[in-house]
Amino acid sequence: MADEVVLLDFWPSMFGMRVRIALAEKGIKYEYKEEDLRNKSPLLLEMSPIHKKIPVFIHNGKPVCESLIIVQYIDDVWKDKCPLLPTDPYQRAHSRFWADFVDKKVYEVSRKVWATNGEEKKAGKKEFIEIFKILEGELGDKPYYGGETFGFVDLSLIPFYSWFYAIETLGEFNLEAECPKIVAWAKRCLQKETVAKTLPDQKKVYEFVGQMRKRFGLE
Amino acid sequence: MAKNDVKVLGAWPSPYVMRPRIALNIKSVNYEFLEETFGSKSELLLQSNPVHKKIPVLIHGDKPICESMIIVEYIDEVWTSGPSILPSDPYDRAIQRFWAAYVDEKWFAAMRGLRSAQGEERKAFLDQVTEGLALLEEAFGKCSKGKAFFGGDRIGLLDIAFGSFLGWLKVTEKVNGVKLLDEAKTPGLVKWAERFCADAAVKSVMPETEKLLEFSKVLAAKMKGAPPPKN
Repeated sequence: MADEVVLLDFWPSMFGMRVRIALAEKGIKYEYKEEDLRNKSPLLLEMSPIHKKIPVFIHNGKPVCESLIIVQYIDDVWKDKCPLLPTDPYQRAHSRFWADFVDKKVYEVSRKVWATNGEEKKAGKKEFIEIFKILEGELGDKPYYGGETFGFVDLSLIPFYSWFYAIETLGEFNLEAECPKIVAWAKRCLQKETVAKTLPDQKKVYEFVGQMRKRFGLE
Repeated sequence: MAKNDVKVLGAWPSPYVMRPRIALNIKSVNYEFLEETFGSKSELLLQSNPVHKKIPVLIHGDKPICESMIIVEYIDEVWTSGPSILPSDPYDRAIQRFWAAYVDEKWFAAMRGLRSAQGEERKAFLDQVTEGLALLEEAFGKCSKGKAFFGGDRIGLLDIAFGSFLGWLKVTEKVNGVKLLDEAKTPGLVKWAERFCADAAVKSVMPETEKLLEFSKVLAAKMKGAPPPKN
């Protein structure tokens, strides 16, 4: 019996990209439905009634929400191919901790750069670099956060790479100069077909951010 | 297993600290509870959780594990001979994790807001808290499928996540003169709360409401100065 898999998503969403990468890693066929977040579909509102947010993963009619919960669900169900989390409980806890750190810090701090101006933006840029220095410290000299292979933490963070150009340009800084290992890691991840095919073009994201800024009255 | 092989760094009033303690009790694992002094952070805490500098921290052998719900999942995965805390079905697991995250990110955030808010703002937070409880009542119906807990016959992940806030819920009811868990509006949760608090794994770590109420006054006074260590 074929699985019915649907993903409700929005092309620039880092959270949606996580799910798309996971699905690509597992080789799962799915129907992609693009949402207009200013005009949410009845399906989205039905499947994500609490938060009304994307991504929403619908497996045989049953919805799963929240990107990292979705990725763990995918890893649980399609467990025979390409495990995303390690098997050792301590390594798993360690991976969950850092993915949680990305969730708690990276989106907010990115927003403090692209969705602000003036002094707020300056402060945001400083915080952004601080957060990425912490992430760089955790990466160390490993090729991936997962060690030798791309894993859960890599997947949770790499989507933000597609926003780097926008953040660097608006924040007026060079991430490679500040966190060279992070940029090297990102480029390594992009050599994977699943990541390269999922992440949107950085310039396209920059244009999108520009439109959002106009809408917020920042430009 | 030697008692000093497993340590929990924490503080008795913290709902987040209760969570790994309940999980360890469910698994019948002996542990040493190292209590942090209110208002300061020990060297051990700063070393074990350099990123967030927060309690709880579980120290297993020499390995620190941080973030309460991550610790609970770790406990479930390590001590497999005890009763399971997470359900075996992947979809049920996703649902429990979803609601645990909702409780932490949305519901308790509104509860915390209620503590210091006044007037219109207070009413707004109260509405959010009550709406959240209505959602959780519905979730309880679906997850428990007529059984005693969100986890079924036994306490599971979501019971631990939400139940750990019951002490503070009772304090909030007293301080604000409101009934949050109500036989009329949330009958399922009212009975669940009684069962949860009476459970052997919970009883010894759930603080008495009066004690917590006294502490909340100390906390309120301290909040007028520096922010207290929490989470």
